[in-house]
Amino acid sequence: MYKLVLCWRYLCTRYIAFASIISVMLGVATMIIVNSVMAGFSNEMQGRIRGIICDVVFESGTLEGMRDPDSHMEQIKKIAGDEIDGMTPICVVPAMLSYQWRGTWVTNQVQVIGIDEKTQGRVSDFAKYLQHPANRQEMTFDLKDGYDIYDHLAEGPTREREEMRRAGWENRRRMAQELALQVKALKEATAAPPGMSTTVPPPEPFAQRPPTDPFRRQPVEQVKQFDPAKEQNTGVVIGIAMSKFSKADGEEHFRVLPGEDVQLTFPTAGAPPKAVSDKFTIVDFYESKMLEYDSMFVFMPIKELQRLRGMIDPSTGVGYVNAIEIKLRPGADGNAVRDKLKAAFPAGFYRVETWRDKQGALLAAVQMETTILNILLFFIIAVAGFGILAIFYMIVVEKTRDIGILKSLGASGRGVMGIFLTYGLSLGLVGSGVGLVLGLTFVHYINPIADGLGWLMGRPLFNPEIYYLYRIPTIVFPETAAWIVAGALCIAMLASVLPAFRAARLHPVEALRYE
Amino acid sequence: MSEVATQLSSVVAPATFVVPRHSVGESPQLLATKLKKNYRKGPVEVPVLRGVSLAVRQGEFLAVVGQSGCGKTTLLHLLGTLDVPDQGEIQFEGRRIDNISSAARDALRNRCFGMIFQFYHLLPEMTTLENVLAPLMIMHGVCSYWRQRRQFQSLATELLAMVGLEHRLKHRPRELSGGEMQRAAIARSLIARPSLLLADEPTGNLDQESGREIIKILRGLNEQRRLTIVMVTHDPAIAASADRTVRLVDGRVA
Repeated sequence: MYKLVLCWRYLCTRYIAFASIISVMLGVATMIIVNSVMAGFSNEMQGRIRGIICDVVFESGTLEGMRDPDSHMEQIKKIAGDEIDGMTPICVVPAMLSYQWRGTWVTNQVQVIGIDEKTQGRVSDFAKYLQHPANRQEMTFDLKDGYDIYDHLAEGPTREREEMRRAGWENRRRMAQELALQVKALKEATAAPPGMSTTVPPPEPFAQRPPTDPFRRQPVEQVKQFDPAKEQNTGVVIGIAMSKFSKADGEEHFRVLPGEDVQLTFPTAGAPPKAVSDKFTIVDFYESKMLEYDSMFVFMPIKELQRLRGMIDPSTGVGYVNAIEIKLRPGADGNAVRDKLKAAFPAGFYRVETWRDKQGALLAAVQMETTILNILLFFIIAVAGFGILAIFYMIVVEKTRDIGILKSLGASGRGVMGIFLTYGLSLGLVGSGVGLVLGLTFVHYINPIADGLGWLMGRPLFNPEIYYLYRIPTIVFPETAAWIVAGALCIAMLASVLPAFRAARLHPVEALRYE
Repeated sequence: MSEVATQLSSVVAPATFVVPRHSVGESPQLLATKLKKNYRKGPVEVPVLRGVSLAVRQGEFLAVVGQSGCGKTTLLHLLGTLDVPDQGEIQFEGRRIDNISSAARDALRNRCFGMIFQFYHLLPEMTTLENVLAPLMIMHGVCSYWRQRRQFQSLATELLAMVGLEHRLKHRPRELSGGEMQRAAIARSLIARPSLLLADEPTGNLDQESGREIIKILRGLNEQRRLTIVMVTHDPAIAASADRTVRLVDGRVA
């Protein structure tokens, strides 16, 4: 009983001990905040990766691809059909994307992915990241009007994307009119005597599509005149980061918009590969908020890509694909499916990977970052532990005579030790308890706090342009919080062991004589 | 006082260190035989007690007198099991106590001995009432103490009333005078119903008037409760109030 009474009195009267409480509190709060933010980021990132990459990818070992995807899908179904929810074939090829912007050509290195728009939605959240509401419902490669002018994935209010108002057919008609004027000016210039006109029109972006299909034996005279104001080329969806840029005021602008044409150049299948090039019409933007994907991916109809790359056997009409994306049923074990498929298909020709395998390096890096941060932050609590040790040692010296009195009244060495251990535990409990509450409160209000700090500093603390997130994501795992609190308690207890042991070992006579 | 003693006997738990409380007749309650104690100051050993033998009968009020440094306080610490002798033995109520375990010594100090010090030695974090209750807090676990807390508090209050401190229950030691602190220390030494009271210069830090009051209380306890008291003092006038006086000179009984 005396241990509790004295412990309580020491807590209430020894204000120096509050220094230890504050350091434990700050350590616990910081660890909870950092872990919550890291978990939030990690979860957000994994969610996006999961939305982009399907559960299991069955890939061809070569760029030429695998023949007859339907028969491959049949085989896959036979091997792991119970665990598979959906499959879709894709063609992936590195390419160059070029377009004209303010009189100059802009060229990007991209990854062209040929998809089957009917089945792609079954294996990933691809449609969720498109900017046209109709495409999000049912994806097509047709140009439309009425694209989002706000970021539909944002959780809060966002700035309007003013230029997206004219995206679609309106933009295409405007471009066609400009083109017609340029053509007219060119004709007038060529008809006028030399030296009368100095205007050189820019290269024509809406030139008539050349007959690139070698198997289409259409007489040239039957080719219908292409009207860029009413017709579109093959539709493509490009990553939004290829077009979007921000000015100093944070307003978003676009170099190209849906409705405009771009040029894609990629290698043909077969050896040696040759470069083929064609014009395509942007029909939508893809915005996954992962810069790596938003600046690299261009989606187009798989049939068209197969045709352009020569991936269709002219005799049988059977196409080649690079990969088959597999969506698993909820609860299915991706690793088990991967291993089954690996065992069933020859390793040299096929590669089977789960989404975790594909993003292993990134996920491991995030995990490593979290671990190192935790270790570093735990040092804060360890420093607090040394603070407790120093303060306790001081208190033991200060209370030497009291210890002697207690021993003269019959208190055992263990009992005296118990006073200081209970005191240390109390400091740890109070410090970590307050730290827990502080940390959880901070995590709950982290975005208003970030906004407030941004307002104070005159610049946003958390810039969505950099992080592609409008709010700081946080997740509090109760077990993590429990471990942090338990760790803090352990450190507080351990730090009080040495002073408590010294107190227990004090000789009562010497303690009573202590001045 | 007798009412308090009756209540004490019914509430305070018996000691775990079993000391037979039989009527000893002529046999001493406390017996010290050839006690020797040296203190080490660096490489030099300083002999403090050089073979002190002492017998204290049940209900006796013994005063140990002597010059400063003659070993009075050391003798009291040895008798009170706060320290152990280098040589010799101590018996309490017929059982040897100088070689018992540390836990048994703790129990003995808690339940059988009451101690009063020259500098009162009250715990500054506790109120007067809590200081008096401290031995019972040490004796009982949390649950046991909590169950009996009202009885304990009532006993402590009565003891404090007995020494004239009923109006100082909630005061901290720093708010009391020297005499009041010593009276609180006496109340604390009595709460566990000890059979032996060891007093180390109980009036050494008090004015004459307060000193007289303290001696009066001790005398009263000895006479009314037949409480054995061993009091160390350097003041012959104070020692005169005891039944018997033992003089220590240079670590020996003169």
